[in-house]
Amino acid sequence: MSEQNQNYPEGSAFYSELRKRYLTATIWQTLFLSALVIAIISLTALIYNVLDGAFGYVAYDYKNDPAEFTSTPIHELTKEELLTILKAELSSGAYNKLDNEKKMEDRSQSDLYILFLERLVQIDTKATWSMTDSLTRGDEIRAEVAEKYPDAELEFRSWLTPQFLTTPMSSKAEFAGVRTAVLGSLWLVGIAILFALPVGVGAAVYLQEYAPHNWLTNIIQTNINNLAGVPSIVYGMLGLAVFVRVMESFTSGAMFGVTDSNGRTVLSAGLTMGILVLPLMIINAQEAIKAVPDSLRQAAFGVGATRWQTIWHHVLPNALPGIMTGSILAISRTLGETAPLIVVGASTFISLDPDSPFSKFTALPIQIYQWTTRPQAEFHSIAASAIVVLLVLLLSLNATAILLRNRTQRKW
Amino acid sequence: MENNNYAIETNDLSIHYGSFTAVKGVNMKVERQKITAIIGPSGCGKSTLLRAFNRMNDFVPSCHVTGELLLDNQNLYSKDIDPVEVRRKIGMVFQKPNPFPKSIYENIAWGARINGFKGKMDELVEQSLRSAALWDEVKDKLQQSAYALSGGQQQRLCIARTIAIQPEIILMDEPASALDPISTLRIEELMQELKKNYTIIIVTHNMQQAARASDYTAMMMIDDQRAGGVIEFDATKTIFTRPGDKRTEDYVTGRFG
Amino acid sequence: MKEETLNIKPMETRGFRQFNLKKKLRISESLIQGLLFFAGILSIFVTVAIVYELGKEALLFFNDPDVTLGKFFGTTKWQPGIGQYGIWALVSATLTTSSIAILIALPLGLASAVYLSEYATQKMRSILKPILEILAGIPTVVYGYFALLFVTPILKTIFKDGIQVYNMLSAGLVMGIMILPLIASMSEDALSAVPRALREGAYAMGATKLETSLQVVVPAALSGIGAAVIVGISRAVGETMIVAVAAGAGPNFSFNLLDAAETMTGHIARISGGDLSYNSIDYTSLFAIALMLFLVTLVLNLISQWVVNKFREQYE
Repeated sequence: MSEQNQNYPEGSAFYSELRKRYLTATIWQTLFLSALVIAIISLTALIYNVLDGAFGYVAYDYKNDPAEFTSTPIHELTKEELLTILKAELSSGAYNKLDNEKKMEDRSQSDLYILFLERLVQIDTKATWSMTDSLTRGDEIRAEVAEKYPDAELEFRSWLTPQFLTTPMSSKAEFAGVRTAVLGSLWLVGIAILFALPVGVGAAVYLQEYAPHNWLTNIIQTNINNLAGVPSIVYGMLGLAVFVRVMESFTSGAMFGVTDSNGRTVLSAGLTMGILVLPLMIINAQEAIKAVPDSLRQAAFGVGATRWQTIWHHVLPNALPGIMTGSILAISRTLGETAPLIVVGASTFISLDPDSPFSKFTALPIQIYQWTTRPQAEFHSIAASAIVVLLVLLLSLNATAILLRNRTQRKW
Repeated sequence: MENNNYAIETNDLSIHYGSFTAVKGVNMKVERQKITAIIGPSGCGKSTLLRAFNRMNDFVPSCHVTGELLLDNQNLYSKDIDPVEVRRKIGMVFQKPNPFPKSIYENIAWGARINGFKGKMDELVEQSLRSAALWDEVKDKLQQSAYALSGGQQQRLCIARTIAIQPEIILMDEPASALDPISTLRIEELMQELKKNYTIIIVTHNMQQAARASDYTAMMMIDDQRAGGVIEFDATKTIFTRPGDKRTEDYVTGRFG
Repeated sequence: MKEETLNIKPMETRGFRQFNLKKKLRISESLIQGLLFFAGILSIFVTVAIVYELGKEALLFFNDPDVTLGKFFGTTKWQPGIGQYGIWALVSATLTTSSIAILIALPLGLASAVYLSEYATQKMRSILKPILEILAGIPTVVYGYFALLFVTPILKTIFKDGIQVYNMLSAGLVMGIMILPLIASMSEDALSAVPRALREGAYAMGATKLETSLQVVVPAALSGIGAAVIVGISRAVGETMIVAVAAGAGPNFSFNLLDAAETMTGHIARISGGDLSYNSIDYTSLFAIALMLFLVTLVLNLISQWVVNKFREQYE
């Protein structure tokens, strides 16, 4: 035995040492895993928190007793009855205004019912409870309502309803919907993609297929990577300075004869979003183009194709699924970004659908922000409902992206 | 006409990567309607030289060529020559079969279409596939993916695709190296058939293949600066029976290295 | 055989052909290349526009006789309307919330990365990675809702009256959760890039998996992990919605986690959301803040890219 060997533990000493090492290993492994468990808990808590807000008991009071207007129980009112009541009870000015917005006869029963509650009965929400509270403390809540608001009615309400999707904004949470916000978001996505897709793919094709290896290409590439890391609110400032202010005559539509608008339009916001997602678009398209095997290009060049013929007929079709995945990521980003929209000047209250690039607009995340920061609990409930709408939209987009990614495994 | 017998000539052709010279001072006159093989140990620049013939080396950023490559008395590397036209006249079959991820039919039709072919496409496809001895195997599945074919069939499809654009010269870069012996044999038979109409230049690392299939052979070797060069160029028979260079003799008899 | 019937004439009959290999003028080809080049260079214009616009307005701000660099960097009250220009009132909140976020996201993100890259089975990975991806894909305004309406009430039951309704702790914690997936996925890339041979070398000397992971793999991937942390910081500094919703509205020079305070981003969002007249000091001051934000994140991103590139060369 050499002397050095004796410095190592042997036999049982070694085994007890080893057992200790294994114990430490197990403890650490548990710690590593618990980090992921925390992530899972956070995600669960977040989703729970949102759903918790979107359903629950509501105590509301009628300012005017429905019996003053009709003898039928209000839930059973037909469209015709509602029309008659509204015509009779609303001031003619108010009625004509509503009729101008949309013909009263063309409105659905549920729309009229909402008008009835909003304008005539004048419902007033006294208190709301979360889903958890409603389910676990139902009796306490009933007792509390009976004591505090003897006139109020208690109802378990889903804030997320079909009407929530189809009604425009309202200053009362009970009647507010996300129609204008969803349409605004769709306009934004459309404009942003119309800009970012061709420009982004063009830039990626240039960088991967044409650009010489020189300092300029290096600068462009580094610059794109940097732009991807610029805070979104800085893009908002850029949009404010360039699209809203400098290019106002274009973005407000004044150039095209639109008069009643300033630069804070859906066009300005859409272009800002387009620039914001451009780096993302370029980087993803570059990856997709890089993945097209070189043998394909050589085959095309070998039969006398020009560079553009090779790109258009072979490189781009093969990179298409990757480019689509990148576009979906860009769309998701456009749907979720809030800060640049605030800076560019989304309207906080707008009840008319955006119908042209020069419209004032609001968007889903803007509504979520507005409603979340309101002090009244009922607005938190509609914020939660709007979040559900947004998350479902994003989730289905991502599912599409995953489907596309899997289809690329097939060779053509 | 003096140059009538030669499809392509090189005049002190050298190929450089940046400051490194990969192939140096090649002088070859490649005869029409013959098969010319380029042989030599790996890394001697065979493929580099072959790719220089139809300017595929243009895509390697640091690559540049000196000397002359003459087709019909025009230097293919002079500034006013269009590389796309060059590749149309000098087709290429690659080491690994690389069909387009399209149907068999489209694989052939695409090259013809982009080059402005105005004849009957169906006939051209059939003609090309027949010339490549593939027609009987694929005539019932022209709309299927080319990727469904075997490696040997894919390689013959690549040959058919090249024939379809009617080049003067077909370059083949170790076309059988990725194939099994039977497919290899079929490609070799096909080459004999094709040389009636085309000039073929083939790179091969397979001595027997060169001896069996080619009319002329160019022997390449690297010098002490690691630059490849043609050390001997002669009729294949001569190269394999009484080579003029000791190194060629060592190589073809397997005593090399 | 029906060969050589139509288009391909035998060479004998083709005879000697004169080729025209001269360069053709391919107009559409050049036009397309020009357009693509323009698309490529456009991103440079974007950067130039950002620097120019932010710089121009910031210059107007600093040229105001009332504003001095001494005031800007030397005082702690921010209210341009009444001549207070101490940027520290906003920077303090940015620093505080970002620090909380990194303190949460770094250990959790790194531990997640080590678990995913060294321990997790294929099946575990296929469950855990999508969860991180979902977490990364949630819009920040939703995190803002979560901070204000879930985390803050919990903190309220812990700290009772010691904590304000809007506070930096809640915003920072949630921001940490938001950044966690970013740090985890970048670190995991760095860990997976460590060659197998290095791990096998350690195992062959009798090291346990933990000893190999922590003492061999993590140190080898340290620069990549560093880059992840830097990008994480940059993200935290630029994050707007969580702090705008949950941290507070109103500049407040404070490092107390339980206080309400407004970050640089939160301030820009709040002020620009209101009615803002061009050429006012309020307007130009926002651009001065945005310019600072841009420069700080730019430097952070450049450092991170430099670190990643250096790291990549090591194994090639």
